Amino acid sequence: MADGVIGDSQVDKSRRVFLTTATVTTGAIGAAFALVPFISSWMPSERARAFGAPTELDLSKIEPGQMVMVMWRKQPIFVVRRTAAMLASLAGHDDRLKDPTSANSDQPPYAKNVQRARKPEFLVLIGVCTHLGCLPKARFEAGFAELGADWPGGFFCPCHGSRFDLSGRVFDGSPASVNLRVPPYAFAGEQTLVIGVDSANQKQGAA
Amino acid sequence: MAAPVPPPAAAAKPGGLRAWIYKRFPIEELIRDQLTGYYAPKNFNIWYFFGSLALVVLVLQLVTGIFLTMFYKPGEATSFDSVEFIMREVQWGWLIRYLHSTGASVFFIVVYLHMFRSMLYGSYKAPRELLWLIGMLVYLALMAEAFFGYVLPWGNMSFWGAQVIVNLFGTIPVIGPELVLWIRGDYGIADATLNRFFALHVAAVPLAILLFVMLHLVALRRTGSNNPDGIEIKERVGADGHPLDGIPFHPYYTVKDIVGVGVMLVMLAIVVFFVPSFGGLFLEAPNFEPANPMSTPEHIAPVWYFTPYYAILRAVPDQRLGALLMFLAVALFVFLPWLDRSPVKSMRYRGPISRTALAIFAVSFIALGYLGLQPAEGLYVILARVFACCYFGFFVLMPWYSRIDKVKPVPERVVFHDHA
Repeated sequence: MADGVIGDSQVDKSRRVFLTTATVTTGAIGAAFALVPFISSWMPSERARAFGAPTELDLSKIEPGQMVMVMWRKQPIFVVRRTAAMLASLAGHDDRLKDPTSANSDQPPYAKNVQRARKPEFLVLIGVCTHLGCLPKARFEAGFAELGADWPGGFFCPCHGSRFDLSGRVFDGSPASVNLRVPPYAFAGEQTLVIGVDSANQKQGAA
Repeated sequence: MAAPVPPPAAAAKPGGLRAWIYKRFPIEELIRDQLTGYYAPKNFNIWYFFGSLALVVLVLQLVTGIFLTMFYKPGEATSFDSVEFIMREVQWGWLIRYLHSTGASVFFIVVYLHMFRSMLYGSYKAPRELLWLIGMLVYLALMAEAFFGYVLPWGNMSFWGAQVIVNLFGTIPVIGPELVLWIRGDYGIADATLNRFFALHVAAVPLAILLFVMLHLVALRRTGSNNPDGIEIKERVGADGHPLDGIPFHPYYTVKDIVGVGVMLVMLAIVVFFVPSFGGLFLEAPNFEPANPMSTPEHIAPVWYFTPYYAILRAVPDQRLGALLMFLAVALFVFLPWLDRSPVKSMRYRGPISRTALAIFAVSFIALGYLGLQPAEGLYVILARVFACCYFGFFVLMPWYSRIDKVKPVPERVVFHDHA
């Protein structure tokens, strides 16, 4: 070993280990913080959030028994004006439903009932199958041949065969485990539906 | 490893270009270690074409992909039109795109055959576990690459395929919904999703694939190739220090592989020129119409190379369990080196149980692939459940049946019939 270089015996090993560990730890924490902006950049942008603002729908244009589809936050929203017969069809098949009381499903508290609605007449659902996100088809006629003679009317997902009743409640034997989701919504007056807010006075979106 | 041969450059005339390079770059060692001094077993059969074929397809995809990037414009408003622009107006654009779309399917055909070869001859067993694991990384990256690429044309099947696959992550407890929002970058599959998938498809994942392929080859140089007899040729070394049953990779196998490349390219050309959509298996009809968030195609099926897993997903009546089993179906390959307790590698010397199990696995994989393309109803679902049980049985019961199975004595030297 050349002059001026300290020998192994003079090296304070524990000091060296401490300094190395401290440096590596500090560096790792710094690197972890440096990841935050990159990971956060993948969340919805300010523009996407702004486009996710509440949307309004004129209910007077919907005939009884008819469904319209509107887009809210890039998702199709089903709005069905249910007839008395359609509402009657909700009773009598609780034993064939996975979650008849919507206990495990996703909906605002005011829609946690059999009709899954604020006003029984109007059903508002996110038209995204809770299985893997396909668009369920309206199959409102009772006894629809493909879906069996005891079909009470509802929605059918063509992708993986999930079936829902006229409240969006999922039937047994469907790959979906929970009922169709209900978005936050409110009524502004008698004939205007606002999708995306829990109260019509609320101007900003819930999220 | 390689015998200490004097560097060939020593013989090169001083002042020549070869000597000039050699002083500055270990070109001679590189060629010797990787090709002329790398000994491979002499008893390779047709199953041993697929590794080098995969490398050729990788190059094909990189080159055609770079050219497609020159004309493609990612974005909700531009993607579909730019693909049609490539097909109709870019000179020879249709050929470049069909080479790329067909190349994707060829990649999976070649990789599946390459993986089956390893299962046939026990190539994943010690000492090649890491080689197998790195290969699995290539396979996983390839699946991600294929999925991202499938979304880019922004056809209706692209859109709904992305919707279904991304929502799979929503089944993860607690973090699921937030994770899905993060992946999409919007409240639905949207422009943000398309753009990030483009970045991943053309830059991030290809770089990962190249890295993993390189590591795969490095690991292969350490262990050497297995062979149809499952014998370690390094255990019998001749006086020159080289394996008695080995021959230099170059020129013997490079020349042989070129024949395989020729055959593959002829088959590729037939598909590209005459049946580019391959009856809806390589390019699906609903993808010839633009993405429409208001209309799901009548029948959603992924491209054929994912259908075995998709059939498993749909066979399970519970969504969370279905997604879990689907991911497990892919992940189980990773554990093969430790599930297999047989004392011999190659099926040639294994007993009837292992052979039957492998046959059942192969049939199940193909049957699930077929069922994944069919609608999820009636008999199809029941059959998918039966074959899914066979598929998982192959892996889960392996530690038991591979141990009790009768084995034949393995010869000391490879079986080789010369053609002289």
